[in-house]
Amino acid sequence: MADNLLSLMTFFPLLGMLVVLFIPRDNGAVLKGTTLAVTLITFVISLPLAFNDVFTVSGGMHYREYYEWINIGNYFQMNYNIGIDGISLWLVMLTTFIMPIAVLSTWNAVDKNIKGFMALLLLLETGMLGAFVSLDLFLFYIFWELMLIPMYFLIGIWGGKNRIYAAVKFFIYTAVGSLLMLVAIIFVYYYAVQSGAPMNGFGIQEFYQLDLPYHAQYWLFLAFGFSFAIKVPMFPLHTWLPDAHTEAPTAGSVILAAVLLKMGTYGYVRFAMPLFPEALPTFIPLLATLSVVGIIYGSLVAMMQEDVKKLVAYSSVAHLGFVMLGIFAMNMQGMAGGMIQMINHGISTGALFLIVGFIYERRHTRLISEFGGLAHKMPIFATVFLIITFSSIGLPGTNGFVGEFLALMGAFESGLRWYAVVATTGVIFAAVYMLWVYQRVMFGKITNPANENLKDLSAREIVIMVPLLIFVFWIGIYPNTFFEKMNPAMEQLLNQMESRQVAIVEQVEQPVMAKIVEFK
Amino acid sequence: MENLVQIAMNNVNLSAIMPSVVLCCFGLVLLLVSVFLERGRTAPVAWLSIIGIVVAGIVSVSGWNTPQAGFAGSVVLDNFATFFNITCLIAAGLTILMSDSYLHREGYPVGEYYPLILFTTAGAMWMASGTDLMTIFLGLEVLSVSLYVLAGFFRGQLRSNEAGLKYFFLGAFSTGFMLYGVALLYGISGTTKVAGIAEAIRLMPDASTNPMVIAGAVLLSIGFLFKIGAAPFHMWTPDVYQGAPTPITAFMSAGPKAAAFAAFMRVTYISLDSLQADMSALFWILAVLTMTVGNFIAISQKDVKRMLAFSSISHAGYAMVGMVAWNEVGFSGILFYMLVYTFMNIGAFAVLVLVGKQGEENLTLDGLAGFGYKRPFLGVALCIFLFSLMGLPPTAGFTGKFFIFAGALKAGYIWLAVLGVLNSAVSLYYYLRVMVYMYFKDPVEDYSWVKMEMATIVSILIAIAGVLYLGVLPGPVMELAKLSVF
Repeated sequence: MADNLLSLMTFFPLLGMLVVLFIPRDNGAVLKGTTLAVTLITFVISLPLAFNDVFTVSGGMHYREYYEWINIGNYFQMNYNIGIDGISLWLVMLTTFIMPIAVLSTWNAVDKNIKGFMALLLLLETGMLGAFVSLDLFLFYIFWELMLIPMYFLIGIWGGKNRIYAAVKFFIYTAVGSLLMLVAIIFVYYYAVQSGAPMNGFGIQEFYQLDLPYHAQYWLFLAFGFSFAIKVPMFPLHTWLPDAHTEAPTAGSVILAAVLLKMGTYGYVRFAMPLFPEALPTFIPLLATLSVVGIIYGSLVAMMQEDVKKLVAYSSVAHLGFVMLGIFAMNMQGMAGGMIQMINHGISTGALFLIVGFIYERRHTRLISEFGGLAHKMPIFATVFLIITFSSIGLPGTNGFVGEFLALMGAFESGLRWYAVVATTGVIFAAVYMLWVYQRVMFGKITNPANENLKDLSAREIVIMVPLLIFVFWIGIYPNTFFEKMNPAMEQLLNQMESRQVAIVEQVEQPVMAKIVEFK
Repeated sequence: MENLVQIAMNNVNLSAIMPSVVLCCFGLVLLLVSVFLERGRTAPVAWLSIIGIVVAGIVSVSGWNTPQAGFAGSVVLDNFATFFNITCLIAAGLTILMSDSYLHREGYPVGEYYPLILFTTAGAMWMASGTDLMTIFLGLEVLSVSLYVLAGFFRGQLRSNEAGLKYFFLGAFSTGFMLYGVALLYGISGTTKVAGIAEAIRLMPDASTNPMVIAGAVLLSIGFLFKIGAAPFHMWTPDVYQGAPTPITAFMSAGPKAAAFAAFMRVTYISLDSLQADMSALFWILAVLTMTVGNFIAISQKDVKRMLAFSSISHAGYAMVGMVAWNEVGFSGILFYMLVYTFMNIGAFAVLVLVGKQGEENLTLDGLAGFGYKRPFLGVALCIFLFSLMGLPPTAGFTGKFFIFAGALKAGYIWLAVLGVLNSAVSLYYYLRVMVYMYFKDPVEDYSWVKMEMATIVSILIAIAGVLYLGVLPGPVMELAKLSVF
């Protein structure tokens, strides 16, 4: 069983989807129960990964599975090539962890077409897990696109008022980027084959060794980077996100925030950066600038929102700016901060969307002005919301602090010092918009009579939030559990990129690269 | 005298045209059968024609890897022809499956319909296996004449008449161009054999500047480009596709188009090989033009059938990318893509056949509002076909496009591939819109007229199986496509 653990984990939801399709459509409770069971079993299947100590000693790929899939001789070859290392480990765990929570959040929220909703959720899970474990670019691309279809329907069918606009925008934005990436994938493959490199399908480990000329790397990085930047999303390609987030049903928003956005950042770490390390320094100033602009812009726009969900959506833009800045620092602290911040954002923003979902289910509005004084009526909710708010701001002791601190420190110590200085103001802005919204919603007197009879969190809602709260503090207090399994893989990645970059510094004088060296 | 007959018989080699002979025999017998059936009873004819297609399919497959030349080298049944034969047979089979209930619903239960499809397919086979311009022309004419009749088959409907007439006039016109091209090529080479022309052009020192060669090559290409529906010779497609009976539209967009590609590829790849640089450049422009025209006009269509007509123009453009590439990967990519396109497009039309109301079978987008909820199976099926037409994994549309663009990139046509994928990004919009209506809008009608006709459902299921199989495990068929290029 351990041999095929990853495949089992990836395709178990798909299997579950087939089961769900055979359950009668009007049997809502059974449908939800089955889906919950499937996602929980998937989580259990993935648990051995988290407890495997091999990740603490080796940064390579583990749980490898390799089968020849399509082999057309000298035309092309693709393999079913999957594996997991410290970088993808926690993202996979985050996915399997967040799915049961997302399913639980639909209990009362989704009442039309439950069957379709559940089937799409499970299909989405297979897509996400597959993308995280793929080690073949072609396979990755298939899973990457597979995620689009269920999300499109989740937003379009179960979404809010502007759902059609949001769904189509989401789909087209993401697809345009990925189509260009597809051209880049095929191009780099034929380049490798024709240059006589020992290629084994579209395996990324072979691509890592590839010696591409700078100008090719430049364009390839642009194609990959564009695609991932849409998904992250980076300013100014972020405009689909507020729409998609706001219109999506709660479970959709949670998954979108927790996992789908990580696809973009993960794409940078796994593909765009290590595949084209020589082009990377050229783009770092641009990408870091966009990250910082995203942080500031996202925070400022979030501050002015009247809709809580839109506020959380824009805060995502800001948070992911920190992730990107940390990654582009290209040192251990920055990378570790970026990686852990991916998980953090999944937990805290996922939780924020759940919180928004809770009050929306009660009041059917998300306008901040409709609320006020909820703390009197909903003490448990107030506590939970407060902790998550702190986590989102990055208060020491919560997970957000660890991630943002490391990411900023990494950036500060690399050539991105001034970017880090500017980005740090984003932390203050985050405190402003989060505390302000908390104050307006929770404190003061109850001015709106509709809020008089609000019920506090139900047992189900508490069950949803408790695991998230545990991780808020776990990562905040003892992040080493996570770092010790990430570090070897990140070290290996950085060394590998560095050794290939050194060559280019001697060839081409890159001002930024020089700066990075100087600061070290 | 006896000797001469013997030689002629040896040269004939009927096994080189056996699949089409089977189809023609079935067609002729069925014409007789339908005379003896009572009026309005067409089901036996339909089932017999399915049997004919299956038999022809078996005959085709049995000739795999044993190339046969016949009629003094003017036809050849090689793997290339066989692959296209199978594609056309699948197209014909799926079409016939969805036709019978449709003909009854529309009030034209006429038995001649099925033999005509068989004759069309036979013509398509001659085009695919013709190695002589005259054979190809013969195949083209058999195919076209049958299609003219089929397009105008609903003789009481103005729209169908328009389709038939328009197709006939423009088709005849384009045939004229083609024949002129054949005449010019004959003038320089003294032969109509594809290989002979290649030889003659190769020996000409100034082939790429010789006006006769260029005019001949271009005029010949125009004939094929017309049948493919490539811009700027696409003008007939929307009206004909919209006006023709829906199953015939489905058939036209897949089978005959594949045959036209087959002949086009054989002629260009063999005869005009020494003009590769010029022809590739020409095809580059036409491919981009075709994709773009098809996609951008499809965006503004309100009628789903008409939208699919324009989308089929753009798909011809994608396939032409393989012609530009002019390498093995690109050519076998076209073979694969034509098969894929047969499944996905005919599948989509099969759903439309069931959705359509009697008489006013114009399917507007509004008419599909909420359809996915009222008829879940058909809704999901149409979604699968549309995702495949978009080129999204894990459907066959993706692997097909991948194959073709791989050919282009292998040959170094980066910008062509970029324009191609940007075009499919444009196409996302209008395919998605169908789904927007099907699922994101509330139903206004109850779709009580939509009957789940067994045979049509079978053809939809076959198409789904094809789309998913070629999308998830494309290896074996891609391998066959690889073995099929000359």
